[in-house]
Amino acid sequence: MTSIENTGNDNPVPNNKISDIAMAEQGTSLWKDAWARLKKNRMALFGLAVLVLFSLIALLTPWIAPYGYEQQNLDLGATPPSAQHWLGTDIFGRDLMTLIMYGGRISLAVGFVATAVALLIGVTYGALAGYVGGRTDAAMMRLVDILYALPFMIFIILLMVVFGRNLLLLFLAIGMVEWLTMARIMRSQVQALRQQEFVEAAVSLGLGPVAIIRKHLVPNALGPIIVYTTLTIPGVMLLEAFLSFLGLGIQPPQTSWGLLISYGAETMEEFPWLLIFPGLALALTLFSLNFLGDGLRDALDVRSSKD
Amino acid sequence: MLRFILLRLLQAIPVILVVITVTFFLVRAAPGGPFDSDKAVMPEVKAALEAQYRLDLPMSQQYFAYLGDLAKGDFGPSFKYPGRDVNELISAGLPVTAELGAYALLVALILGGLAGIMAALKPNTAQDYIPMSFAMVGICMPTFLLGPLLVLVFGIYLEWLPVAGWGDIPGDKILPSLTLGAAYAAYIARLGRAGMLEVMSQDYIRTARAKGLPEWQIVVKHALRGGMIPVVAFLGPAFAGLLAGSFVVETIFQIPGLGRFYVQAAFNRDYTMILGTTVFLSTLIILFNLLADILAAWMNPRLRAQLGESK
Repeated sequence: MTSIENTGNDNPVPNNKISDIAMAEQGTSLWKDAWARLKKNRMALFGLAVLVLFSLIALLTPWIAPYGYEQQNLDLGATPPSAQHWLGTDIFGRDLMTLIMYGGRISLAVGFVATAVALLIGVTYGALAGYVGGRTDAAMMRLVDILYALPFMIFIILLMVVFGRNLLLLFLAIGMVEWLTMARIMRSQVQALRQQEFVEAAVSLGLGPVAIIRKHLVPNALGPIIVYTTLTIPGVMLLEAFLSFLGLGIQPPQTSWGLLISYGAETMEEFPWLLIFPGLALALTLFSLNFLGDGLRDALDVRSSKD
Repeated sequence: MLRFILLRLLQAIPVILVVITVTFFLVRAAPGGPFDSDKAVMPEVKAALEAQYRLDLPMSQQYFAYLGDLAKGDFGPSFKYPGRDVNELISAGLPVTAELGAYALLVALILGGLAGIMAALKPNTAQDYIPMSFAMVGICMPTFLLGPLLVLVFGIYLEWLPVAGWGDIPGDKILPSLTLGAAYAAYIARLGRAGMLEVMSQDYIRTARAKGLPEWQIVVKHALRGGMIPVVAFLGPAFAGLLAGSFVVETIFQIPGLGRFYVQAAFNRDYTMILGTTVFLSTLIILFNLLADILAAWMNPRLRAQLGESK
């Protein structure tokens, strides 16, 4: 039973007789350790703060946006940043800050939802492959290898063209692409974990595979999962912005940072702020996610384990 | 080694077949036929068109006929613009895109390689932090943002470089190549740094030092080969990324390359054009992945030994 405590932590367990209480304490101390290490990493903390702030803004946008989303002022037109419009207005006289806030809702939503889809598929698939092992595992991972070799960017474009550009499809298409790495990571984790005594104990207690995966394997592999999730979100957001920039992603009247950047690029000669502010929002978010991901990797001591 | 190459080639074939099959049926599953236009077309004309493009045949026969065409190197016609076909588009666009990609790769390898090596030689000093901070910026800065920003600064404000075109005005190739190459320079810098750091701590480097070799010779002759293996392995995936990046860069700089044509075809919903181009591009990407794998294996003596290479 003692090996539970040692899975993510190299410190010897001082008192392993009082099983339940010690275990609970040890379990939290892994996360406490990680948090202490993360707190020392200023860039990661900065990233976390930016992300929390942006997420809060995105959630509260309908109530805190300075102007209405569809509120135009054609007489005003495009104006540089001013006291009334902190980030200026676009060619229809719409408040840029409001647009960026609403665009951020979509960009962040795509990032989180598509990553969640990838997470769900990848973790389930990888855990099953790793747990069952043998030929099933070989066949399942072979499929992942084949899918890895497919040029997905082109496939997503194809999907968007064939089935129309809608948000739900975008979530699914991106999620379907990004689960592969997650599956590989989860599988290697599970393969390592299932040799351990606590899994054996669970098996001998008569727990089914689903329960073992859910209650024992996934919680113990949480570190790598969290790290790679954090690093997947920027990739997903980039993909959405890339598609929207080409006109193949989010469609008006909805907007996203990628779409705002694309409009901004068209008129940047006269109205550079229309490019710079949405670009800043996206770049800052991507930065934050990358820094946080790197920081978490160090804090949770996750080595890059791809196979 | 030869066995390894053959094995990898054999593995690539089913992948390419999957691509062709999925793409073909996806495009056929698209709502609306290719000739459902706004104008009313006479039934006879429609039937003739459908016969010409084999749309009157059952799906399975269409599929095998398409496979036959592909085997002959014919990627199919455009339904949207009669008279045009995918091959024409490829022959017009590919040289431009290939040139752009080659320059971008050059930018990435030179900038990224140098930065990575510099950083690895003096880890945890300014010589490490400065290039690596730039690399972090490069990774987080999307191509479609970097491109317009570069245009804004160097093209519009400073007026140093042309803002669009390809081969029309001297210097108009600089900004697109830089834009496309920047992100990969960043990745290569990070990979190169990690690879070099690992190699520089190996025993044979210490031996080289003990022999009294000058530092630059140790780096160039001994460390570089091993340290650059991760970079070479990255070139395969980088190629796919470069291609996707060329969609954006060619759109921003109005370059008449394959990427721009592809995006236009996607925008116009020119299904057969997309089908042909997708199959072509995918095959290209898969082959490049293969090439990078083989190159990385060839460069890695340990892996070569594992493969039972005696040559």
